[in-house]
Amino acid sequence: MKDWPLWEVFIRSKNGLHHKHAGSLHAADAQMAIENARDVYTRRNEGNSIWVVKSTDIVASDPEDGDMLFEAAKSKIYRHPTFYQLPDEVNNM
Amino acid sequence: MNNNLYQYLLQLGDNALILGQRLCEWTGVAPELEIDLALSNIGLDLLGQANQWYEYAAELKGGDATPDTIAFLRDAHEYRNVQLVELPNGNFADTILRAVIFDTFNLLLHEALTQSSDQRIGAIAARAVKEIGYHARYCKNWTLRLGGGTEESHQKAQKALNDIWDYAFEALTPGPVDHWAKEAGIGPDLEQVKSKWEATLQQVFHQASLQIPKPGFVDRKAKSEGIHTEHLGYILAEMQFLQRAYPNLQW
Repeated sequence: MKDWPLWEVFIRSKNGLHHKHAGSLHAADAQMAIENARDVYTRRNEGNSIWVVKSTDIVASDPEDGDMLFEAAKSKIYRHPTFYQLPDEVNNM
Repeated sequence: MNNNLYQYLLQLGDNALILGQRLCEWTGVAPELEIDLALSNIGLDLLGQANQWYEYAAELKGGDATPDTIAFLRDAHEYRNVQLVELPNGNFADTILRAVIFDTFNLLLHEALTQSSDQRIGAIAARAVKEIGYHARYCKNWTLRLGGGTEESHQKAQKALNDIWDYAFEALTPGPVDHWAKEAGIGPDLEQVKSKWEATLQQVFHQASLQIPKPGFVDRKAKSEGIHTEHLGYILAEMQFLQRAYPNLQW
């Protein structure tokens, strides 16, 4: 069982919300990963939908590139929609 | 008090309590963290179900009876679970094969109990059947993996099945209380349950490349007369110690 691959688990807590990364676990196949995720991450009623994906299938950005990728956005506050007057009827924006 | 109904509730509650206690013995020592949690979850589901059956039984009994007195203050011969669920956990394959045999029965039983003429039983079963459906699927998937896995896992699964098969039939063999329940419309006809149970298990074991052994001694009387294996006494000794040593202790 030591050669079981690692899986990343995403849980959706409510209908209408999106799946959020919950953690990772080991499992031999996708079916087992779903079952294990149910037992490890939803035992306190945390969710109503589970996604699993093999950790090796996730492509991540390189931390070394952090400045290059993200620094430029920090000074562009005008990209946040905070300069508009919102009508009262719009609750969530 | 309707003693038949009381005994019937004990059969349901004791199977859940003893198998739940057994599965919780895996806590901390299962082959993988994920399996550890899964078996403990299933065990705790079963403890919850036992509590509901015992609540009903305690109301019937009246007086000072509570779910705790029923669980902690009865001796082995008063327990009405089948011998199958009190067998030691053995290795992981032993635990899974015991579980797939019992859970397949337990799921069919609870599906039928949702139609019980006793509304309270129907309501408890309707809640439990969802949990048991997951238990049955979990154990079936593991049976398929072990049976169709490596040569070693296959051998262990086959040996587990051979060792345990004699114990499989007690739950499916109607005793006097089961006959009463069937006549009263409270419980199902176990003969019908048995044919579905056999069909389901034949399919699972065929898919898992496991040979079903011929049953040997099948005349077990734990659920009808309280004649248990030696193992139940050890389970109760551990489970009941605190209440026996410190009566009415609460925490």
